[in-house]
Amino acid sequence: MTRWGMVIDLARCTGCAACEVACKSENNIPTVSPDQAEMGRATSWMRVMAEPKGAFPDTTLEFYPRPCMHCDNPPCIKVCPVRATYIDPEGIVGQIYPRCIGCRYCANACPYTVKYFNWYGPEWPESERQYRNPDVSVRAKGVIEKCTFCHHRLQKAREDARAQGRQLREEDYQPACAEICPTDAIVFGDLDNPTHRVAELKEDPRVMRLMEDLGTQPKVYYLRQRT
Amino acid sequence: MHRDVAEKLAKLPPDEQVLLRPLVDTSRWFYVGAAVCGAITLWGIIAYVLQVRYGLGRTGLNRPEYWGIYIICFVFFIGISHAGTLISAILRISKAEWRRSITRSAELITVLVIGFGAIQPVIDLGRPDRVLNVLFHAQPLSPLLWDVVSIGLYFFSCTIYLYLPLLPDLAVIRDSGIKAPRLYRFLAAGYRDTPAQRLQLERAIGVLSIIVIPIAVSVHTVIGWIFAMTLRPMWHSTIFGPYFVMGAIYSGIAAILVAMAVLRRVYRLEGYFKEVHFDYLGRLLLIFSLLWFYFTFAEYLTAFYGGEPGEMRTFWAKLTGRFAVPFWAMVAGCFVIPLALMSRQATRTPVGTSIAGIAVVIGMWLERYNIVVPTSVNPRWEIEGVGHYLPSWIELSIMAATFSGFILLYMIATKFVPIVSIWEIKEGRASVQEVAERVAHYSERVA
Repeated sequence: MTRWGMVIDLARCTGCAACEVACKSENNIPTVSPDQAEMGRATSWMRVMAEPKGAFPDTTLEFYPRPCMHCDNPPCIKVCPVRATYIDPEGIVGQIYPRCIGCRYCANACPYTVKYFNWYGPEWPESERQYRNPDVSVRAKGVIEKCTFCHHRLQKAREDARAQGRQLREEDYQPACAEICPTDAIVFGDLDNPTHRVAELKEDPRVMRLMEDLGTQPKVYYLRQRT
Repeated sequence: MHRDVAEKLAKLPPDEQVLLRPLVDTSRWFYVGAAVCGAITLWGIIAYVLQVRYGLGRTGLNRPEYWGIYIICFVFFIGISHAGTLISAILRISKAEWRRSITRSAELITVLVIGFGAIQPVIDLGRPDRVLNVLFHAQPLSPLLWDVVSIGLYFFSCTIYLYLPLLPDLAVIRDSGIKAPRLYRFLAAGYRDTPAQRLQLERAIGVLSIIVIPIAVSVHTVIGWIFAMTLRPMWHSTIFGPYFVMGAIYSGIAAILVAMAVLRRVYRLEGYFKEVHFDYLGRLLLIFSLLWFYFTFAEYLTAFYGGEPGEMRTFWAKLTGRFAVPFWAMVAGCFVIPLALMSRQATRTPVGTSIAGIAVVIGMWLERYNIVVPTSVNPRWEIEGVGHYLPSWIELSIMAATFSGFILLYMIATKFVPIVSIWEIKEGRASVQEVAERVAHYSERVA
């Protein structure tokens, strides 16, 4: 059975935030004004979090690229009153934008705070409008949105593979963040398929998952810094 | 007041004369009060229209402070609604004679306030136009859905529980002809107060007063569970169900006390809301202030003793950090002030209980603030940092409108139904002998 997942090597991450930018342009995420961002209304399905480590002057920053964890036991799904957030058979946690009533219960239930709300309707400057991605729906005001592992790319990859009469390969389906990462810190694939790199990487001794003790069973794994 | 209405009123027995007077005699101050409340309500409606037009961005909400004033008010108003049911149902079942003059005003608070509480989560929705998806795509595992069911049931049963004991009084108004004859002919639904009808009515009220208690308990338990079912620090707690029910009853008693003090003054009901009523309800308030302390202490001690880092950030934010002012104001309003005033006979007066009641109402609002906001701004993952929340004028206007809208409807209701149950008062006067015998029986020597 296919279980899509991600392994992020923190030792390779340089904090360049290319994944953030790639995600925003792939998924039609509009930028907001600086004062709205200051209020906590900026949307970043993939976000590079920075944690200062050590005492001055020996300080460093550690980076955690943080997408949706696509938990196998997602707390957001249980609380949704209208089944607008769901987990598909291959483990991708998605959101049905036209059904969501905007109660933000799922956002509160998510321990990783990866669910974003559309406080206003989306707006693009005229110069950016032509660069929007026609494969990804634009979210209206008042609904929740989240990282989808770029599942529109999966649909396309699947159709291409079928047209060419072959199996889906690892490189056929990669989310924008994994594709763009210049240091190959973000690796994406089928956790249950031994030929995919993630299946091997998730057995690495450096592996950990965020807040594993909560029992949410995230499908995003991290490889700790080398010491 | 019109002369023939005055004549009709003068022909009625003394209880009816006093209690039906507000229905036909309206002072100028009533219109002033109604106009002020109406204006504030209208202002709030305009604010809501703006919010729908431009989006929830017009509020102070953000990530991670997804819930704010609306959810606080939701919990608060549904809490107040526990006044009527619990007080009147429990006192009816336990045959407390002093309940007779206070049940009506309490039940009326319940029914009116449930509506104002229940619209709060709808105001909070990003897509109020899709609210019916809750029925079309119902997901029974969501505590929000449990809420829809239990609040719906509660509203339905409380409305019947208000209406049934109104029947004999509506029949009196209809027969006296002092006001809107066709309206009261319709409302009284052919009730003639024959002994057979009265017996049936009392049976129905008896059954209902038992049914509404578990429903009322379920309502606030489920509201507590909305928070408790998430994994958020200081929300994910088993005490929340019972804690919310206790707090709801507490704020409900406080609200009744304030309403009674106001009604007693404006409608000259000193003969019905006597010192003894304030004294007894004051004692009940005292018990609940102690219960409140017990529950709060148990909740915070458990969190503190466990010392889990995620919980401790919220814990210290409340006790000594950014939320210290609302936290300690809550302790003063819910515990120190009511305890100090209600533990002395000398201050269990109408004035003393009103002050304690207002303190508790404010304290309980703050309690809900202290539950919703500090946890929201302190996400479990520390790197997220700490959020912030400053309600916008839109949120504050809608909150003001909710209060004024409730007061306005309550004022109007006192113009259509007697705020003290006439037939229950009369029944009480007639059954003094029977009650005396019952009490004597308690202490009878058994040979």
